Amino acid sequence: MNIKDNKPVNRRQFIKNGLHTTAAISIGGFAGYAIQRSSKSDMVWQIDPEKCIQCENCATKCVLAPSAVKCVHAYAMCGYCDLCGGYHRPGTKRLDTAAESQLCPTGAIQRKFIEDPYFEYRIDEELCIGCAKCVKGCGSFGNGSLFLQVRHNICVNCNECAIAKACPADAFVRVPADNPYLFRGEFKSIQLNEGSGEEA
Amino acid sequence: MKKAIFFLLLIIQLAPVAFSQVQRFPKPDFESGYEQPVPTQPTPRAAVWDYIDILVLISAMSLITWFILKKRSRRSVFWVMIFSLLYFGFFKKGCVCSVGSVQNMVLALFDSAYAIPITVVAFFSIPLIFALFFGRTFCAGVCPLGALQDIVGLKPLKTPAWLNQVLGIVPYIYLGLAVLFAATGAGFIICRYDPFVGIFRFGMNSNMFIWGVIVLGTGVFIARPYCRFLCPYSVLLRWMSLLSRHHLTITPTECINCHLCSESCPYDAIAGPSSEKYPGNVTTEKWKLGVMIVAIPIVMLISGWALSQLSVAFSRSHYVVKTAEQIRLEDTGQVNYTTDASEAFRGTGEPTTGLYARAAKVQEQFKLGTWLLGAFLALVIMIKIINFYIWKHRDGYTPDKAFCVSCARCVDYCPVEHERLAELKGVNLIE
Repeated sequence: MNIKDNKPVNRRQFIKNGLHTTAAISIGGFAGYAIQRSSKSDMVWQIDPEKCIQCENCATKCVLAPSAVKCVHAYAMCGYCDLCGGYHRPGTKRLDTAAESQLCPTGAIQRKFIEDPYFEYRIDEELCIGCAKCVKGCGSFGNGSLFLQVRHNICVNCNECAIAKACPADAFVRVPADNPYLFRGEFKSIQLNEGSGEEA
Repeated sequence: MKKAIFFLLLIIQLAPVAFSQVQRFPKPDFESGYEQPVPTQPTPRAAVWDYIDILVLISAMSLITWFILKKRSRRSVFWVMIFSLLYFGFFKKGCVCSVGSVQNMVLALFDSAYAIPITVVAFFSIPLIFALFFGRTFCAGVCPLGALQDIVGLKPLKTPAWLNQVLGIVPYIYLGLAVLFAATGAGFIICRYDPFVGIFRFGMNSNMFIWGVIVLGTGVFIARPYCRFLCPYSVLLRWMSLLSRHHLTITPTECINCHLCSESCPYDAIAGPSSEKYPGNVTTEKWKLGVMIVAIPIVMLISGWALSQLSVAFSRSHYVVKTAEQIRLEDTGQVNYTTDASEAFRGTGEPTTGLYARAAKVQEQFKLGTWLLGAFLALVIMIKIINFYIWKHRDGYTPDKAFCVSCARCVDYCPVEHERLAELKGVNLIE
């Protein structure tokens, strides 16, 4: 009689134990599978400058204001021109630093005379809003040495980047946090070649 | 002059690379000894923080579980909750959280190119493992989203039981959609519609702000609305918690059926004692049950088919499908404008057939995904209905393991617990 009474309880307990073990194995298996193909470092967002079409979404779609995307200057690619497509408004009358001559809406590019006929252009990241107007100008009329990058001292690394979602060129990619920049090609190769150049 | 020769050498060396890009102006020939600056590369937060986060998560989970199950102290739970809100919410700025990590796990499963960070795996699995043994202690006060709602829930109203059951299905729908969108690579919808992350970052757009205000505002009267009626991660926690072996008990020994705990629970997650005997006619109810079980596969098929009708609409949220549709409209002359996306695509020089093929593949994935999702949701609803019919004998008041978030409020209201505490202090309450 007693055994009969206990039987359903035991069966229920047996099923419960089975499910418990199954659940434990599933979590373990899923996590183990993920760890197997995981990256040790964190992943962060970055813009592939070759894909970027300078649509200006970076300035407005970031959850931060001002955006974590800033313009970066690969000086090694720059022509140091007097008339700079990234600095001067198209059709500007004078090549000077007057506000009406500048393309940048926040005046974030500093122009400095180096030697005749070269001028250096430096980005003030405090002022830059990542609108890519200069990137477009430089790419259309110059060497394309200006490009956008997510600056990782500012970016909060959202799980789904709001700009990536809005990017019409699918230019946002996840990159490992220990190598978090995608600088324009030539600059990188100069960095690589500098060593070999000295050796020669 | 030396510098000039060096640069000349560089240009010659780099000629193939340099001219693959637009190089309209030659490299300057500096003679004043000007040093070219190097662009800075500010680093993300140090990798050690990832491990600190995991460590803090495990410590907070262990601590709160101990407070709930051993110390049975609501006050201690509250302080862990405040800490988690500050650390995981405001300090860590809400990302990555366990709720969103579901999507990363799914993406890692379906996208071989995605390398999932170890922190994300930890944030996904650790709360589930704890729930499997101790109930939803994560929800009680480690989840920053739950903590924020718990604090604002000042005037919780009782909602009807049937409404709780019906709204309790919404998280399954949300989870199913999130898995579908993450698996196909269309995006992370849980993150996109996260109501609180803007608060943690002290910055948000207007939609996020409105959504956050709605959820928090509702939360004053309906306790933890996001946790109970939206949170997709809660589905997994519910399943684990149902199987948990050491779930929080309201009374330390035996329930005296005073129903004080039931009044204290803001989440309507305490089930009262049942009647002594099965209330209905056993034979007819058994027939009903049989019919429902037989109906399950039929309902699943109908639901799968119905949802698969929406697959094309869903697939439009995917970047590739959206772009392909625009390109087709442009090429067939049905629209006379271009979008940024279509121009960007044409800029890449990829043939449109390649894009169409990729879009068709995504649409196929959505077709299969919506079928599975429809079938899954039908199964969930059928099991819920059957569960509603099955009669379970209960002697006293017990927490509903699926819905209980182990907040430990009820413990403070239990007279048996008060007696136990008094005994521990050496005071006899009865005298």
